[in-house]
Amino acid sequence: MRHNFGFFFREGVNNMGSHGFMSFAAIGITVACLLIMGTFSLVAYNANENLKDLQRENAILAFVDEYLSDEEAMALQTELEKIPNVADCTFVSREEARDSYVEQYDDSNEYSDLDPAIFRHRYVIHLRDLEQMPQTDEAVRAVYGVADTRADKNISEGFLTVRNIAGVISIALIAILLIVSVFIISNTIKLTTFDRKDEIAIMKMVGATDGFIRWPFVYEGLLIGLISAAAAFALQWLLYRAIMQGVENSDTLQLLHIVPFDQIQGPVAGFFLAVGIFVGIGGSLTAIRKFLRV
Amino acid sequence: MIRFTDVVKTYENGTDALQGISFGIEDGEFVFLVGPSGSGKSTIIKLLTGEVIPTSGRVMVNGFSMSIISERQIPLVRRTVGTIFQDFRLILNKTVFENLALAMRAVGASRKELQSRIPYVLELVGLAGMERRYPDELSGGEQQRVAIARALVNNPSTIVADEPTGNLDPARSLEIMTLLERINALGTTVMVVTHEKGLVNHFDKRVIMIEDGVIVGDGMGTYEVKA
Repeated sequence: MRHNFGFFFREGVNNMGSHGFMSFAAIGITVACLLIMGTFSLVAYNANENLKDLQRENAILAFVDEYLSDEEAMALQTELEKIPNVADCTFVSREEARDSYVEQYDDSNEYSDLDPAIFRHRYVIHLRDLEQMPQTDEAVRAVYGVADTRADKNISEGFLTVRNIAGVISIALIAILLIVSVFIISNTIKLTTFDRKDEIAIMKMVGATDGFIRWPFVYEGLLIGLISAAAAFALQWLLYRAIMQGVENSDTLQLLHIVPFDQIQGPVAGFFLAVGIFVGIGGSLTAIRKFLRV
Repeated sequence: MIRFTDVVKTYENGTDALQGISFGIEDGEFVFLVGPSGSGKSTIIKLLTGEVIPTSGRVMVNGFSMSIISERQIPLVRRTVGTIFQDFRLILNKTVFENLALAMRAVGASRKELQSRIPYVLELVGLAGMERRYPDELSGGEQQRVAIARALVNNPSTIVADEPTGNLDPARSLEIMTLLERINALGTTVMVVTHEKGLVNHFDKRVIMIEDGVIVGDGMGTYEVKA
């Protein structure tokens, strides 16, 4: 039997209209669920992006023992690069370190004649995985000729904690809220199905297939899911923009890099659409199942 | 063609509804199925429409064996059997046209087919021009005609009417039965389940009598006929 899209769609819209308030409530709750899921996912995503930035910027400084000759100090590079988590390592001589210091701090030319001998040769070591910073720091310290190291473990640990917590919460919330949304949509459609049980019985009696009876309810669920996804996307955009402005205007938070919404709107729309379709169709199929046993 | 061979139906609660009945209805026949309440008439209708399957024995309906029928085939049997009920079972918020259209849509008919078939069937049952009326704007007899039109609209080979005149006065009952006789004359097999002795006696048709799940009479004539 051919699929009569127009007929099924019209029936789906009529179903929605016949329980306008319940449909509105189902849309409202699904939008709320999508917004919560979306917000937590975006927090986790932004934390991860900031972590990547930090990973790019954050390095271990390994100071070379001053008793080593210049050649011996430069020879350490090979040893340091052998450490598993080291992405790259750059040698910075005493002179370069002095110049960098002067450039950074000497606004009033007080240190222009500073002796490079008071600085140590050093290596700037970038890591592959920031999470492994303590172990890598330990391995660097263990290299013969490395006198000391400096690593901003607290900042990296802070970011890792935020990312991990947001990640776990968003996965847990997505699971819980998916179930809640399916349940709410399912109950709304159950109401329509109950209202139309005589009609369903008549259709079964005249030889309608289960598929024919199911389709209008599937379209009803799909419509609720799609409207919810569209509304949630618009609200998420407004919320994200507001948060972004808040962060930009804040003295303490402006260090954070918030990914502009236009860079992530595609995946966000895709996620909302997929969840909307899933909960819509899932809810309607759950609702109609028992009414087909006629 | 309908054929019951040694059919036993025992429900899960232990009720023996049918105790080994056998009968056949040929294509184009008009048959009354009569008997008191609880005699097994409804079970026979349920077996014909695939709502229940026999505990043992064989039920053949228009080429389908209902004893071994799959779920997917049940809609196909139902398309060959138009069913009419005492309470009409019309959808009150749909017009006469929409009630019939729903039945046609259910089997995949196109809009063009609806527009040509529905007026024809309504004319056949004496309701020409009533397409836009709602069921509660019609009399009981007219509502039953709509139900008959809905049963006929997909052109089934068999019509099963379960107490079709139970809610009607004697004059309307006679009209409905005459209509069913006319439909039968056009080639459709008709089985009418009824309590109404007067109506059965009015029409000189085959009568199958059932009591306590056993056929106690089958022959031409009146309600009292015994085999």
